[in-house]
Amino acid sequence: MLNRFMQMRLRDLIILAIILFALPLFLNNPFHYDLATQMAIIAATVVGLNLLVGFAGQISLGHAGFFGLGAYFTGIMTSSYGWSSVPALVVGAIAVGIIAWIVGRPILRLKGHYLSMATLAVGFIIAIILNNERALTGGPDGMPVPAFTVFGWELSPFGSYNLLGMELNGSEAWYLFAALVLLVAVWLAQNLIDSPIGRALRSVHGSEVAARVVGVDTARYKSLVFVVSAIYASAMGSLYAHFQGFITPAVAGFDFSILFITMVVLGGMGSTMGVILGAVVLKLLPQVLADFQELETVMFGAILMLTMIFMPKGLLPTIQMAVGKRMKKKAGGQA
Amino acid sequence: MLKTILRRTGQVAAIAAAGLVMSAQAAEPIKIGSFLSVTGPASFLGDPELKTLEMYVEKINEDGGVLGRPLELIHYDDVGNASNARNFASRLIRSDRVDIIVGGSTTGATMAAVPLVEQAKVPFISLAGAVVITNPVKKWVFKTPQTDRMAAERILTDMKDRGITRFGLISGTGGFGSSGRTQTLDVVEQMGMEVVADVTYSGSDTDMTAQLTNIRNTDGVEAVLNFGFGQGPAIVTRNYAQLGMELPFYQSHGVASDSFLELAGDAAEGVRLPASPLLVPDSLPDDDPQKQVVQDYKAEYEARWDSKVSTFGAYAYDGLMLAVQAIEAAGSTDKEAVREALENIQGYVGVTGVFNMSPEDHNGLEADSFRILEVQNGEWKLIN
Amino acid sequence: MFAEFLQYLFTGITIGATYALIALGFTLIYNASHVINFAQGEFLMIGGMATVSLTAMGVPMVLAIILAVLLAGVLGILLQRFAIAPAKQADVVTLIIITIGASIFIRGLAQLVWGKEYHVMQNFSSDEPIRIFGAVLNSQSLWVLGIGAILVVGLVLFFTRTLIGKAILATSMNKEAARLVGIRTQLVLMLAFLVSAVLGSVAGVVVAPITFTSYDIGIMLGLKGFVAAAIGGLGSGIGAVVGGLLLGVVEAMAAGYISSDYKDAVAFSMILVVLFFMPRGLFGAKVVERV
Repeated sequence: MLNRFMQMRLRDLIILAIILFALPLFLNNPFHYDLATQMAIIAATVVGLNLLVGFAGQISLGHAGFFGLGAYFTGIMTSSYGWSSVPALVVGAIAVGIIAWIVGRPILRLKGHYLSMATLAVGFIIAIILNNERALTGGPDGMPVPAFTVFGWELSPFGSYNLLGMELNGSEAWYLFAALVLLVAVWLAQNLIDSPIGRALRSVHGSEVAARVVGVDTARYKSLVFVVSAIYASAMGSLYAHFQGFITPAVAGFDFSILFITMVVLGGMGSTMGVILGAVVLKLLPQVLADFQELETVMFGAILMLTMIFMPKGLLPTIQMAVGKRMKKKAGGQA
Repeated sequence: MLKTILRRTGQVAAIAAAGLVMSAQAAEPIKIGSFLSVTGPASFLGDPELKTLEMYVEKINEDGGVLGRPLELIHYDDVGNASNARNFASRLIRSDRVDIIVGGSTTGATMAAVPLVEQAKVPFISLAGAVVITNPVKKWVFKTPQTDRMAAERILTDMKDRGITRFGLISGTGGFGSSGRTQTLDVVEQMGMEVVADVTYSGSDTDMTAQLTNIRNTDGVEAVLNFGFGQGPAIVTRNYAQLGMELPFYQSHGVASDSFLELAGDAAEGVRLPASPLLVPDSLPDDDPQKQVVQDYKAEYEARWDSKVSTFGAYAYDGLMLAVQAIEAAGSTDKEAVREALENIQGYVGVTGVFNMSPEDHNGLEADSFRILEVQNGEWKLIN
Repeated sequence: MFAEFLQYLFTGITIGATYALIALGFTLIYNASHVINFAQGEFLMIGGMATVSLTAMGVPMVLAIILAVLLAGVLGILLQRFAIAPAKQADVVTLIIITIGASIFIRGLAQLVWGKEYHVMQNFSSDEPIRIFGAVLNSQSLWVLGIGAILVVGLVLFFTRTLIGKAILATSMNKEAARLVGIRTQLVLMLAFLVSAVLGSVAGVVVAPITFTSYDIGIMLGLKGFVAAAIGGLGSGIGAVVGGLLLGVVEAMAAGYISSDYKDAVAFSMILVVLFFMPRGLFGAKVVERV
């Protein structure tokens, strides 16, 4: 049983790796790489959020707050204090993890919409602070962030690199880096899901009371997964800041939080591959709809609404079910 | 994809048709890229800007284009979000391969695109206000509106002329208000004046009475200055009147459009602000070099769109005209040549002011290109 | 000193009354269907924008208001019928996303039809503010408070005295049982959305002279309404009213006395504090979790 489970996970990871490394065949200019890189970073963020929403069943409407904290920690430390990128990312993620732990304990006692409300409030407070502390953050007009550096080696979207004899421009190099990050993020998430912690979490999602009755320390597990998802968000926020080269408090804002949770729900809560698809679709949609100009907002709203009405389980699970039904007895059956 | 293919096919057809007369190179359109906040909280900037660009690109093409080539406008809506702005700038540069960018309604959107533009070496004329855009000078970045610092200088000079040295400052927490506040506080020190009360409001606030009460109860306030844009300043103005505050009241150029008069109504009476002469085209003296261009822009815009002109649309007008002038001077769309031509434009008479660019000044305007206006009997009146 | 305090109080109560009306809309729909309707703010927008555009077309003010409220009501029914009802098996968070999609859709339509500008609506009565102990009160504030109070009383009577109101209450308590005793629950749900939309649009009309109105005014006001409803305790009518007023007053006091930069942060911190001590808001019912 468990074995089959692990096989499935491994298969997912391999499929994802194949897609990620085959994708460059279809990308024909740096702008495409640019988008794909952002997709990978955002997808890794929602993979983390999905642990909280999809597996532990806790809704967060303020996750961009942690993403923004990570982005700004990196931005401030690397530009004003001359830190290197990796320590900034790691220390930022730890700090955000601690903040999430402190905030999470009282908040996670709340149920349903009250929890959404509280996470929304936390997100708002973070965004307001980033907006108002002008001396530190540059205020609403934002701040520039230097390129990603490791041991004096710089990964800039504008550089040019040589990997095993292949000439890569900065966009391509960033894409490969982001793709690797996404794979690692997925691998870590899968390990967490398959661990005893993961099983405890799923029991929280099923019925918290029942889980408590059989001796699961639900509060501890919920806090833990909240912290993990916040760390995911913070680390990805750091990378996002480096990649974008410029951040504004909007990265911590309500719109961004809603975007994250929408990616999770649209792609398919609880399905790691699903939420990645959700991130890709929602990142791509504005670019596709850009040509419709005035109609853009209406179409975006309509697509979002209709998809959720007709595919309440999310894109990937619905597709899988449809495909599964078709090939009933044939093995597995995934697109 | 499909669209690009269609566009390409169209071009090929056009080239083939014109092939006998013109060289293929000449018919290739000059691509002007733009990302603007056409919707979202800054739509009052992006909307007139886009209308202006569309209208004048059409007009220029009717008159035979630039260097014998038609202009092609490629524009995207960033919804006032800096991340979107950056992505669309990337799309314009790398996918659409535009020759020059005229856009960036807000400072956040502009600054988010700057690292990209600098690296890709594409001339970029921003339509946003803050002083950080061109100070320090960035090689590839220019801008058409006066800086918020100039606005602060202009307002404070006018206050000083009226014998006011201590005033209360109220500003929006958005990019425009926040940067304006910083510049005002900076200029205040240089001019030996004093901000005695300093409060803010956020863009979505619906009542600023509490903040104004705070200012009113501060000792020694001789005037009030509001730095902000959107509907916020209009609400501030109405609350100001309701509270019965009688002190001289200044607004920034962020409200320099007729819609402010509409929203604020009678409450706007006596409000002073720095603005482009566009709001008072007929009051300008006949020897004012800008009079003709201002009157023409106003007439053409209002005839085409059946809505009032705004100062913000004029930023786009000047941006486009500067771009055209630079491309003509460069004789090609070679990016470095165009950039250099832009940098050397002298005495271009625009709607916003007279531009004198230089390698040290990528804005090219002086503070006195702002006129001080006062609202009298529901209309703009030129003070100086 | 006192005048100052009174001024902040007036400001807070006016805006708070608006929040309360929006919060009541959230409460109604939550009670009937356990859905948090993030499109609630759009009803408010429809109320204001439709009234403004109709009066601009020459329709008399009163008629324009009635038509605007009707339009919002129809929209409420459509929202329930075509967006919420088909997805009744969906997760809570899925329903939230559906209503967010709906609000983006409605806002997009409004922007297409009515444009992006802000619009003014005249005060219902005089423009002259009222002076009390050195503080001033916009005459429109009295309209907001008065109409708000009438709506609240009307709602109470509706739920306690009318059969339809009781049917909504019954449905909210136990849908299956309600169906068994012969209540057409689908109809009741549509009704709840209708009443909620009417409330929201009336709020939109009465505050428009104070706040101006535009296609995107519903975003922030809708969110504040949700906040108010959560402070008061979801599902509680009194909670919505108290939560709304409290939120408005705290915002105004924070802007006046603490820091205008951080007034929204103060309001959001208040929610965290309230929820810390009262996890179901001020007046939220204790619900036994079913296993």
